[in-house]
Formats: sequence, structure tokens, C-alpha cells
Amino acid sequence: MQAVKPERVLVLGIGNVLWADEGFGVRCVETMAQTHALPEAVKLLDGGTQGLYLLPFLEEADALIVFDAVDFGLEPGTLVTMRDEDVPAFMGAKKMSLHQTGFQDVLATAQLIGACPGRMTLIGCQPVELEDYGGSLRPAVADQIPRALEEAVRELESWGIKVAPGVTLCDDLVDPSLARDAYEHGRPSEEDACRSGDQRFFPAAQKARA
Amino acid sequence: MTTQTPNGFTLDNSGKRIVVDPVTRIEGHMRCEVNVNEEGIITNAVSTGTMWRGLEVILKGRDPRDAWAFTERICGVCTGTHALTSVRAVEDALGISIPENANSIRNMMQLALQIHDHIVHFYHLHALDWVNPVNALRADPKATSELQQMASPSHPLSSPGYFRDVQNRLKKFVESGQLGLFKNGYWDNPAYLLPPEADLMATTHYLEALDLQKEIVKIHTIFGGKNPHPNWLVGGVPCAINVDGVGAVGAINMERLNLVSSIIDKCIEFTNNVYLPDVVAVGGFYKNWLYGGGLSSQACLAYGDIPEHPNDFSPEQLHLPRGAIINGNLNEVHDVDVRDPEQIQEFVDHSWYEYGEPGQGLHPWDGVTAPKFELGPNFKGTKTNIQELDESAKYSWIKAPRWKGHAMEVGPLARYIIGYAKGHEDIKNQVEGLLGTMNLPVSALFSTLGRTAARALEAEYCCRLQKHFFDKLITNIKNGDSSTANVEKWEPKTWPKESKGVGMTEAPRGALGHWVRIKDGRIENYQCVVPTTWNGSPRDSQGNIGAFEASLMNTKMERPEEPVEILRTLHSFDPCLACSTHVMSPDGAPLTTVKVR
Repeated sequence: MQAVKPERVLVLGIGNVLWADEGFGVRCVETMAQTHALPEAVKLLDGGTQGLYLLPFLEEADALIVFDAVDFGLEPGTLVTMRDEDVPAFMGAKKMSLHQTGFQDVLATAQLIGACPGRMTLIGCQPVELEDYGGSLRPAVADQIPRALEEAVRELESWGIKVAPGVTLCDDLVDPSLARDAYEHGRPSEEDACRSGDQRFFPAAQKARA
Repeated sequence: MTTQTPNGFTLDNSGKRIVVDPVTRIEGHMRCEVNVNEEGIITNAVSTGTMWRGLEVILKGRDPRDAWAFTERICGVCTGTHALTSVRAVEDALGISIPENANSIRNMMQLALQIHDHIVHFYHLHALDWVNPVNALRADPKATSELQQMASPSHPLSSPGYFRDVQNRLKKFVESGQLGLFKNGYWDNPAYLLPPEADLMATTHYLEALDLQKEIVKIHTIFGGKNPHPNWLVGGVPCAINVDGVGAVGAINMERLNLVSSIIDKCIEFTNNVYLPDVVAVGGFYKNWLYGGGLSSQACLAYGDIPEHPNDFSPEQLHLPRGAIINGNLNEVHDVDVRDPEQIQEFVDHSWYEYGEPGQGLHPWDGVTAPKFELGPNFKGTKTNIQELDESAKYSWIKAPRWKGHAMEVGPLARYIIGYAKGHEDIKNQVEGLLGTMNLPVSALFSTLGRTAARALEAEYCCRLQKHFFDKLITNIKNGDSSTANVEKWEPKTWPKESKGVGMTEAPRGALGHWVRIKDGRIENYQCVVPTTWNGSPRDSQGNIGAFEASLMNTKMERPEEPVEILRTLHSFDPCLACSTHVMSPDGAPLTTVKVR
């Protein structure tokens, strides 16, 4: 089924780095820049918490790989890959994207105006913990980053794009103060950050600790 | 039980309770509960922030020069405005002044955000509260073309063929089952009043707005180096200017400036030929739906923004007005001093925080963010599944900010009422022009539609300001000044041992302030009072209700199980949230559960 090699590929990480495992997608893209030498045809982008702002980037891409924390209803830390029509269809049905605008809305909008990339791959990870403002990735999710990147490399190779180990210089990643090391190093204690949670609004946190 | 609030509302919490429970996590989850009487009229409203937002806590101990990058991630929409507020607060604390070009560029970044946000809000969030895209499929393209030419003779996209094409595209989209964007509508609700042709025209402009918004954000990419989440800098802007150069990577050259100029022109065309005429056309059908005014006729607050000159925030130098109106007296606009500990205070009697004595307010510089979650004795449900909150006790994660004790509305309508009351020339002309065209009295401003109209007028005004600052930038560069940053006090060793500062902006959805205390080169305390804190505020110790709560009062719902009217009014504030609605029967059992965008 594989046809022509895509000319421009967007590798996008979405999510909020301030919300524990919500930062998975952004951290994947950050790690990819540190560990892989991507050819010029591949653009890395920290999509952060944004919705419609991503539209111009989707429009420019022939193929899209998106990393995200996704609620598949599976064991926390499980990695799932989905392709093409399954990406928006599943997103719409299960409301699995955890963002405000909803990435499925962005994709639907892109479709409406004919700006949707021809090929799409979602590499999603089931989160352990979301209700931890100021927290970072939980180990089970952080451990999946290398596997998620391998998956992305395989996907790129199946599209005829070779990826070597190395580094990619890129301006479109998080500010250095928010890079994972700096962010985790400077964070306050669990108690100070109110990560103890409460029953009404942090039921997931209760469960995760139980 | 019936109670009278000091700010003039009669609350009655008997009758059916309807719960609107939004689910976003960017600026904070929010939920709204209302009681409706037998006639479907809202008699009580309870607005709740359902989520702990501890940004203040996670900034403690960080480098103040980095605070902008964290605050930029608070919200999924107004990223840059938090960053701008943050760098202003830090500059204020450290006594750093910025150069002329940095002021022009920051203003253009901020104005681009205003214009982008207002257009996206109207067409992509709010329009579906008034416009029925499904009904648009029934429109006659020829009659739509005639309507378009009447509504806006200068808009070139108006042929019957154009509308037929759009209608076909829409049909295909709807038939493919990808109704994602238009799902969750109550498309047969009698609250929708437009004829199919107006629905088709507005839906078509929804698509045109999508194309335009992609252009506007390029201004952020050009001046901010990247987008989403552009870069900011304490002391100026992080972009060099090199108009002659072609080589310097990232520097602003003439080619990029020309692109900015062409985007500004497109925005001016769109707001004049599409956005404003649409507000007039759509608004014309809803002239009798003048609910939702809430606090706007009584108490409005704006900090002001868009300084003409760098480092000068005196009210007469701000293009977006500053001031406070209280007790409905438009003849007196008070000045606002965000440093005065007696003016802005936050109360927590009905919020899930604790400090001091009951009824005590704290100025944000002395703000404390200590959580205390407890539910009132009359709440219904369980702790993990609350069906009805008890608003007589603590019921929100949002603090209650007050200006000299008054609950205030902030946002485009507040800015426009203050500007109008102050006799701000541009604003006065715009408001009088619009009211004249629509044959409406000034009092029509104090409504949900007034909020929507003020946003459109402001978008148009911001486009003109955008052009002004572009010209100013070019003139200054031509005069040989290419400075964009002042790094004299970049190094922490040049800073005082202890300092405090405040940054203010007018975010698209209202007055935004960050208050910072810096000690030994690190953040000691950081408090944000965001627009949704003002508008979504819970009651205070005196029992005054907040702007969201007030705006829903006395609204008549056509069908209480389909809360179109609640959404219209809440959406008119442009809150950063998506909603999930549960409709409860009087005994608290859900009748239906509807997800609402």
C-alpha cells in the first residue's frame, strides 16, 4: 500500500508539560531532537497546549507523526500506534485526547479545509497520572519514550525516510527552562505543590497512589 | 430560599437545578449550576472552578527571567499574553526599561493575539450558539449571495456559485459523518432564529476565518521566533533587526516586515468586510434577546494596555483604556492602582483556600495559595461525584477578587464601556456607529450580544492599532534605531536583594495581572489574577455574586434540558473552557448527559 515518499513530514508532540504525564508528547519530541539526526524533510515541533495554531503546520505536511498522552482505557504505560483514518475516528469516538481544543477538532478542521496530511500516525501512551500540576512524567510513561521513538523511526523508514542516531538542531522545542531536566530539577516538593490531591477532583490520583 | 445580594440580585435556589460542568484543564476546569423556576427562568447561578491551579507554587524558587515560559503554558489560547504580563512584572520589579522597538513589537504581538482570539472566538466557538450550520444546507445560494451583497457590498466573495460550492462542501462533510466540529448542537431548538441564508453566509465565513487565522499567527512566528509558544525576553524582545541583511538567521529583515504588513492589511479587510457586518447581520435577528448583561451595567474593570511609549503605563498613554466603574455610575470612571493594597484584594470565604480571619482579603503581593478543600453541609452526591454544590459554604477553586470590595466584570465589554464612559474617541465613535446602524439604545450594550459586539469592535480597532505600531517600528528603524533589548540588568548580581513588581495586560478575555516578589535572584512569591478569576469568581463574604453568576440571572430558557442560553452567555465571556452538561431532575438524578463544546 506504500506509495510515494512524503516530501515533508511533521513530527509533533502535544500536551501540557506542567501536568505530569500530559507532557509525554512534548518530551518525546524533545528527546528525539537529542538522540536522532533527522533529515531536513522532517520537522520537529512542540505543539504544547495549542489547538488551531497547529493548522498551518498540518497544512504544510504530507505526513504526520503525533506523540500524545492518550486515554485508551488500557494498562498505564501501554503504547499504542494508530494510523490514518483511525486517528481522528478513534479520537472522536473515545474522546481520548486530553487537551482543551481537542486535537481531533484540529484534525476535523484540517479535513474541512483540505489541509489534513495524507498520512497520519498517532503514537500514544496511556498515562499513569495527570492530576499532578507541576509534576513530571511517571516512570512507567517516561520509560516508554525510547520505545515510542523507535516506533516513530520505523514509521519514517516505512515511508522511505532514513534516520541516523545523532542530534537535530531545532528552534521549535520547549524553552530551555522548561526542558525536562531543568523542569524536574526546579520543582517543589509534593506537599508544596498540593500533589496530595483531594477526593472530589483528583480521583485518578487517589487510585494511582492506592 | 430567597436572598438579596448586596450587588442587587435576588437569588432563589428552589426549583430545578441544572448543572453545566465543563471539562478543560488549561486555565482551570469550570462548572456552573443554575436553578430554574416553573417558567424556565434562571433564579440562581453558581459558578465554580473545579480544579486546583497551582502555578504560583511551582514558580517558587525559579529564575524570574524564566517565569514567562511557565506562564505561557497556563492556558491553551492566550499564551503570549501571560508571557508578556510576566516579563512586565519582572521588569517592574527589577527597574528594567525596554527600548522603543521592543514596545512596538510587543504591542504587535499582543494585538495579533487579540485579533486572532476575537475572530476565532466569534467564528469557531461562539457562532454556533447563534448560527445553525445544519440549517445552512437548506439555504438558496442565490438568495445568500444577495444577502451577502447587502450586508457587505465590498466583500468580493459573494457569488451564488461560491455559496453553492461551500454548501456542497459542507454537505459532503456532514454526510461523511465527520460532524465533529458541529456535533453537540441543539439544531432544532427554537432559540435559533436565523433564516437558512444567514446561516449559510455565517458558516461560509467560518471557513474564511479559518484561512485568515492561519495568517495572523505568522506575526507571532516572525517576532517570537517560533509558534506555538513564542519566545519572550525580560528587557525587550528576543529578535534582532537587520533590515538590510538577508543572511542573519532569525533576524527581522524587510521581507519579513513586508509579510507582517500584508497580514495586517488582510485583517483590516476581514474585520471590516466580514466580521463586523456578520455581527450586525446576526445580531439583527436577535435584537430582542437582550439577556446576559449581569454586572456589565454596574461594575466594570480594565487595567488598560497597548502603551504608546515604552515603559509608560499612565492611563492617557494607553490605547486600550484603564479604569473602574462601580454602582452603575458611568459618569465617574475611577483610576485603578494595582499596587494599592486596598484596591485589589482576593477573598477566599467561598473558595477552597484558607488564610486569616473570615472576610479577610489579601492583595496579590501578599497572596497566599494554601488549599483547603471542604464541602458545605447541603451538598448533594458523594465526595467523588458531586451532584450539587452548596454555595453557602466553600464551593470553588477560584478565589474571589474584588476591587474596593466590588465584584467586577472584565473583558472586551468592560473595556468598551469604560472607554465609552471616558469619552475615548475611537471607542465612542465605534460604539455610536454600531448602535446607530442597529437602531439600538446604549443600554443594549449591557447584554450577551453587547459582549459579542464589543469584541468585534475591538478587533477592528486593534487592526488599526496594529498598523499604527507597524508604521512606528518602520519609522524608528529608518531613523537608525535597531535596538530591541536592554540587557544592562540581565545579570542577577545587578539586581536588588529584594524587590517586587507587577505586570498588567488586557488579555483577549480581560484584565490580567501577575504580581511577583523576587529575593536573592529567585522568585519568592508569584500570584496571577487571570480574567476568568474575575468573571468566574464565586461569592464573597458579603454575598456578592460574580460576573458569570450575575450574567445568567433572570435568563429565560426555551428548553431547560438544552442549555443553549447558558452556553451563549458563558461563551460570550470567551472563557477558556469546553463544557460537559448534565441536566438534573429536582431530586438530583441526571435526566440527560450532553457534551457541549
